[in-house]
Amino acid sequence: MRSELILEVRSLVKHFDIGGGLLGRGRAVAKAVDGVSFTLHRGETLGLVGESGCGKTTLARCVLQLERPTAGQVLFEGRDLTRLSEGALRPIRRRLQVIFQDPYRSLNPRMTVGQVIAEPLAVHAIAADRRRRSERVGELLAQVGLGPQHASRYPHELSGGQRQRVGIARALALEPSVIVCDEPVSALDVSIQAQIVNLLDELQQSLGLAYLFVAHDLAIVRHLAHRVAVMYLGKIVEIADRDTLYATPRHPYAQALLAAAPIPDPLADAARERPVLRGEVPSPLAPPPGCTFHPRCPIAIPECAEQVPPLREVAAVHWAACLRA
Amino acid sequence: MAPLLAVRDLRTEFATRGGVVRAVTGVSWDVNEGETVALVGESGCGKSVSALSVMRLIEGPAGRIVGGRVLFKGRDLLALSEAEMQRVRGREIAMVFQEPMTSLNPVLSIGRQLTEGPEIHLGLAPAAARARAIELLAMVGIPDAARRLRQYPHQLSGGMRQRLMIAMALACSPSLLLADEPTTALDVTIQAQILELLRDLTQRLGAALLLITHDLGVVARYADRVNVMYAGRIVEQARARPLYASPCHPYTIGLLRSVPRLDEPRRECLEAIGGQPPDLGRLPRGCAFEPRCGARVDRCTVERPDLEVIAPEHSAACWQAARACDLS
Repeated sequence: MRSELILEVRSLVKHFDIGGGLLGRGRAVAKAVDGVSFTLHRGETLGLVGESGCGKTTLARCVLQLERPTAGQVLFEGRDLTRLSEGALRPIRRRLQVIFQDPYRSLNPRMTVGQVIAEPLAVHAIAADRRRRSERVGELLAQVGLGPQHASRYPHELSGGQRQRVGIARALALEPSVIVCDEPVSALDVSIQAQIVNLLDELQQSLGLAYLFVAHDLAIVRHLAHRVAVMYLGKIVEIADRDTLYATPRHPYAQALLAAAPIPDPLADAARERPVLRGEVPSPLAPPPGCTFHPRCPIAIPECAEQVPPLREVAAVHWAACLRA
Repeated sequence: MAPLLAVRDLRTEFATRGGVVRAVTGVSWDVNEGETVALVGESGCGKSVSALSVMRLIEGPAGRIVGGRVLFKGRDLLALSEAEMQRVRGREIAMVFQEPMTSLNPVLSIGRQLTEGPEIHLGLAPAAARARAIELLAMVGIPDAARRLRQYPHQLSGGMRQRLMIAMALACSPSLLLADEPTTALDVTIQAQILELLRDLTQRLGAALLLITHDLGVVARYADRVNVMYAGRIVEQARARPLYASPCHPYTIGLLRSVPRLDEPRRECLEAIGGQPPDLGRLPRGCAFEPRCGARVDRCTVERPDLEVIAPEHSAACWQAARACDLS
């Protein structure tokens, strides 16, 4: 049985007005997120994969209300965040945290690691006295595999992997139930990526966290996610349980993404069929008509240029937006 | 046959406020005509500095090539005058960088950037250089070449910009192309397009390719031979298939184990390499990988291992290589 529903995104839309030419001529709207729905349950990881410009980061920011969506709902622990004021959002943000891709740019260089981690505790008036706060910082450092000696260091004195651990400790400080992870390991070295992936995994098991895990590395996503959604040009084109999606992808874009990912073994890689997808991701300012993937699709038929394929259940709990899936 | 490029005992250092950083400390590797060789390693391992040293593009006065030889077609590039070196760059050895936007000139038209090389190096007249530019754009798969010549780099997508970089690099038909993380900034499906393009074109033009990357999957797919670097040194050197089938250096073994693979069953836990890469300004006396190594013995802390032949065309710099190789 599924655990309790904790986050539900319904028909989320985020359009960006791109200021066009003089006198408002040629104004354009980029449909960065164009009607996305999904659910996330307690203790679960939903992987969100896609290429740059597919809207996955905008979607993550809309979930966090760092961007206010144009339409749709973000139901977190039962409340629609899109209707809440900044003030009303503040206590909710304790429970909905984020880890960014580049831990260096997301940590204040003038604050020590201890101060970085203690800041949310102070802002939310948790562990009010100084001694309690420093104890909590010590606990959090230990939880992410750092030592008490790291509390007095500055971010530039740490390696990339250690900085990402600090970013995770800060996110954990307020005991969230959901953490949005936006490409949390893609800026790290290969040998460090596995350390952070394992840490995220352990933390989920010990704390019952749910992750919305945004990434482009399909192998990392397969390792961490329970369910996976594939995005293309602002829409989810396929969503299924991890094993189902990786074993039997139904959308041609998901199939192409999986085929394009190289395998670190020359023999195994040479044995695979790997058709190279032609063309590029179209601009969200001028998406193609019908299915936005049809100009690049190896199995497109004339109808694909006319009809927008709905996300439909192609097998049990396996959804794909393709006329031919 | 002598290799096209033979790097011998190359040493490059940088003077920093914290002292001397030995970015490359005595590396030797070859590229034969027409083959693809990989320099693979993580950030700070010295792979990019190695390539920049070959091109003599290390920025002084902080950076300096302090030793070694770079023999290209038998000539030591490190002994050439700057004027002679300029005739090598672009003409005989060309480079493709990771981030096309930082290596393209934003205020020059695409046409100008493509015709400059052929005009200077090959002495082509403007009309002939323009014809060459159109030919190059078509070759790298940029449609509508004549119109593109009047455009500027910002009007191209990331993938198209990288195609343009490749066109520029190939403009004078070099015999060696150095590609430094050529697809790292690109999306998975575009990455595949660009790598296939690089492979097809170098094969068609008979150029050799040095592929600098951190991506073990890319290396597996494209390289004939591989040099694995760690902390400024080559720790393992082999043909690609034996390297992946039976890696001998504990670092290589650890790297290959730490990446999840889509072709294998999902594992409960990734086998991470513990610890952090070393500070190049304060390298240990012994093996630089020793603090993170599961196979270390006492000797590793006091004596640095050199590359030793383990099998034909397969070398590793590890006191325990023979044992590690059996275990892998």
